[in-house]
Amino acid sequence: MSGAVRRWRANPAAVAALAVIAALIGLALVGPLFNPNDIRALDWANVATSPSSTGAHWFGTDRLGRDLFARTLEGTRVSLTVGLVASLISLTIGISYGAVAGYLGGRADQLMMRFIEVLSGLPLVFFVIFLTVLFGRSPYFLFLAIGAVGWLTMARIVRGQTLSIRRREFIEAAVASGAGPVRIVVKHIVPNLLGPVIVYATLTVPQIILFESFLSFLGLGIQEPHASLGTLIAEGAGEVEAAPWILWVPGTLLALLLLCLNLVGDGLRDALDVKER
Amino acid sequence: MTPTLAIDALRVGFDSDGGTIAAVREVSLNVEPAECVGLVGESGSGKTQLCMAAMGLLPRGAQVSGSVRFEGREILAASPRDLNRIRGSKLTMIFQDPMTSLTPHLKIGVQLAEVLVIHAQMSWRDAERAALEALERVRVPEPARRLRQYPHELSGGMRQRVMIGMSLLCDPALLIADEPTTALDVTVQAQIIDVLRTMRAESRMAIVLVSHDLGVVAGLADRILVMYAGRVVESASAALLLRHAEHPYTAALLKCVPSLLGPRLERMASIPGSPPAAAGIEVGCAFAPRCPRAQPRCQTERPLLRKASGPPHQVACHYPLSA
Amino acid sequence: MSQPLLSVTGLGVQFGTFAALQDVSFDLADGETMGLVGESGSGKSTLARAILRLVPATRGRLLWRGEDLLSCGARALRQRRRDLQIVFQDPMASLNPRMRVGETLAEPLKIFEAGLTSAARATRIARMLERVGLSPEMARRYPHEFSGGQCQRIGIARAMMLRPKLLVCDEPVSSLDVSIQGQIVNLLLDLQREFGTAMIFISHNLAVVRHLSHRVLVMYRGRLVEVASRDALFGAPAHPYTRALLAAVPDPTRAFAGRALTTGEAAPAAGRTPPALGGCAFHDRCPYAQPVCLDTVPTLQEVEAEHIVACHRWREVVYS
Repeated sequence: MSGAVRRWRANPAAVAALAVIAALIGLALVGPLFNPNDIRALDWANVATSPSSTGAHWFGTDRLGRDLFARTLEGTRVSLTVGLVASLISLTIGISYGAVAGYLGGRADQLMMRFIEVLSGLPLVFFVIFLTVLFGRSPYFLFLAIGAVGWLTMARIVRGQTLSIRRREFIEAAVASGAGPVRIVVKHIVPNLLGPVIVYATLTVPQIILFESFLSFLGLGIQEPHASLGTLIAEGAGEVEAAPWILWVPGTLLALLLLCLNLVGDGLRDALDVKER
Repeated sequence: MTPTLAIDALRVGFDSDGGTIAAVREVSLNVEPAECVGLVGESGSGKTQLCMAAMGLLPRGAQVSGSVRFEGREILAASPRDLNRIRGSKLTMIFQDPMTSLTPHLKIGVQLAEVLVIHAQMSWRDAERAALEALERVRVPEPARRLRQYPHELSGGMRQRVMIGMSLLCDPALLIADEPTTALDVTVQAQIIDVLRTMRAESRMAIVLVSHDLGVVAGLADRILVMYAGRVVESASAALLLRHAEHPYTAALLKCVPSLLGPRLERMASIPGSPPAAAGIEVGCAFAPRCPRAQPRCQTERPLLRKASGPPHQVACHYPLSA
Repeated sequence: MSQPLLSVTGLGVQFGTFAALQDVSFDLADGETMGLVGESGSGKSTLARAILRLVPATRGRLLWRGEDLLSCGARALRQRRRDLQIVFQDPMASLNPRMRVGETLAEPLKIFEAGLTSAARATRIARMLERVGLSPEMARRYPHEFSGGQCQRIGIARAMMLRPKLLVCDEPVSSLDVSIQGQIVNLLLDLQREFGTAMIFISHNLAVVRHLSHRVLVMYRGRLVEVASRDALFGAPAHPYTRALLAAVPDPTRAFAGRALTTGEAAPAAGRTPPALGGCAFHDRCPYAQPVCLDTVPTLQEVEAEHIVACHRWREVVYS
């Protein structure tokens, strides 16, 4: 374990990226305390003003006079929440499904993998639209919808890992000790998968955030008056000539967030991937 | 006469998660032309890193000091181009696992011929003929057919013969064999040792034979060096070392090898404890914790390699067996 | 004489078209140590795993204390596993790298003695660790913190946790330093004596087998070629392959690196199954081979009491 920590610390990009993410999270949580503006409040006196460090609106305002600082922080909160929760959902479903398929092997495995392939063939967007129409536009169902769709690749990865772990000698030893299939999957296979799986999960968080932004951009995801980075970008895209900061502020933040998440994911992979035995 | 290989005060260390690992703490040895030197040691003895240093194959992060001279020329500081000229032609090595030392996607004939084309500037046609002769020398059955096969189509023993054949193509001055038979069945091991013995009789090359198996070394080597924890603890002619070992470790190691002849023992001999971790600091003799003859002096003062009962016999021990 | 502990009859294991094990039969008595010798491709590891049903047998019968082990269901099989244990060749690979040593040792107890309190379990684990020469506080550590020899002790501790009736040791010391092999072998002998465990000791190293076994089985390309008491096998082997094996063992005290009595190899190149042979699998390497060896698979014949060999020419081998 200490080897992994040391390798992590030796990677300046990853360490810096993690610090930035932590700062963003901190800002998203704590920021509103410093900013008196509510995300819904309309300030007719200051419609579409550009960012200024003095004055009431640090990041400026949008077309309706809403404070961009507050809305951007809200957007960051929402995007991160969607990313993390949806990742967790796809992780849980993916690990369970993949480990079971990999352990069972044979025909059951084949069937389970075919099922995944069929699902992968379906266009995700339609699926999400379908689920959203069925279950309404609550953000919780959005998490579920994205997570339910994102588990496919995770399951494939977990199944691949399970197949290679299953052949290792300590699994044979566990079988020889009398362990049943449940014990083997839960106590022996899953703990040994976690390394590559965690790394992959951190790399899916940016993908999920991007997907959510895309959905929101299309008008399918987060709805008014809430904001996510995606909805903000959608708004900003329409105003880019007159009030470009409405696009640049959330856009830069989204880009920064995604970059940092990718760097952290890469760093985790380098730190954990090397032989820990 | 210049020794074929002259290693002087070689130290090899690596940085790792746990601190600096001293693989080779200090070794000096010479290999004379046409001599076969056996290098015996267990895990942590440093014998493999010693070979890597001799071939200039240490990884970039390695901390090396001392000197390794091959036919008078310094290896450690040599440029990659100079090294590539000698390696594979005059200075060759065979490894434990022949599967990983042969390129899997090239036919055997190509790999053999390539050595001659690059080092001896032969034409491909001449090189292929020489490759066939090499396979015949090492008694590979159906050599013409083997030339057209891929490594995975050959068995372990046959691959090792190919490796030996390849290393002899340019009439090397020195062959380093690192555990050449460890991965092979015992009946095949006997065959490969025969091949090495024959090759040695037919050529003038020197051999450094590295093994943890004293028996394998015993049958081939003129002189044997025993390594422990990165140092040479005993050095003598093979006959002398096997009959009159002076160092307690060598003597104990000889007793540990189970024998087919002789009385059946109720309990197998072993050396208590285990070899020291390479990352530790050395205080006194590295073998002292496991040595049945250890005295207080052994814990504090490291014994130097000194002449024992006769000139060709050196031992690093305060209380060698003859004393 | 009560029934044998283990009775194997005509056991065969087929992987697709490849016959890894063919027609293997033997009995094992309580507390007996049997040496199983062979080189690569001999099928010795497959036999070990087939006995423990870690690999499915395709033919034959396996009786454990008189009961059929091959056809019993999964649950009954798991119940029997407490008495049939195995120690593996690669000590580090046989331990779960993510489980502490204590957890690894606790597992057999949790499975078969679920009623134990965690304190009682901890005591048993501590005692077992001491019994194999390790200190109880090592239970908190992970496998990668130990050396090969120590990991093998942990593997033995796990196997002996429930006092099994049979311990299969698959090359348990082959990957360890020579100076440490004796420690592990002596430990196995001590535990065997203390718990009355029968042992099948698999090795390619004949000299080690000689120290341990009462009886020795020699295998070649999936078949039994010779079975004899230890003294008979090492004193007067009847099969040319056994002779070749004995001649090839190096002996440093005699400056002897081993003699090659045969050419060729047991295991063919990876990925190539040996051609279906009508006769003896060893004929292409055998110095005694005759035309009969090419057509007919030799059956096991009796050389003397308790000594059988599968060779057409065994009389020439023994009396020459």
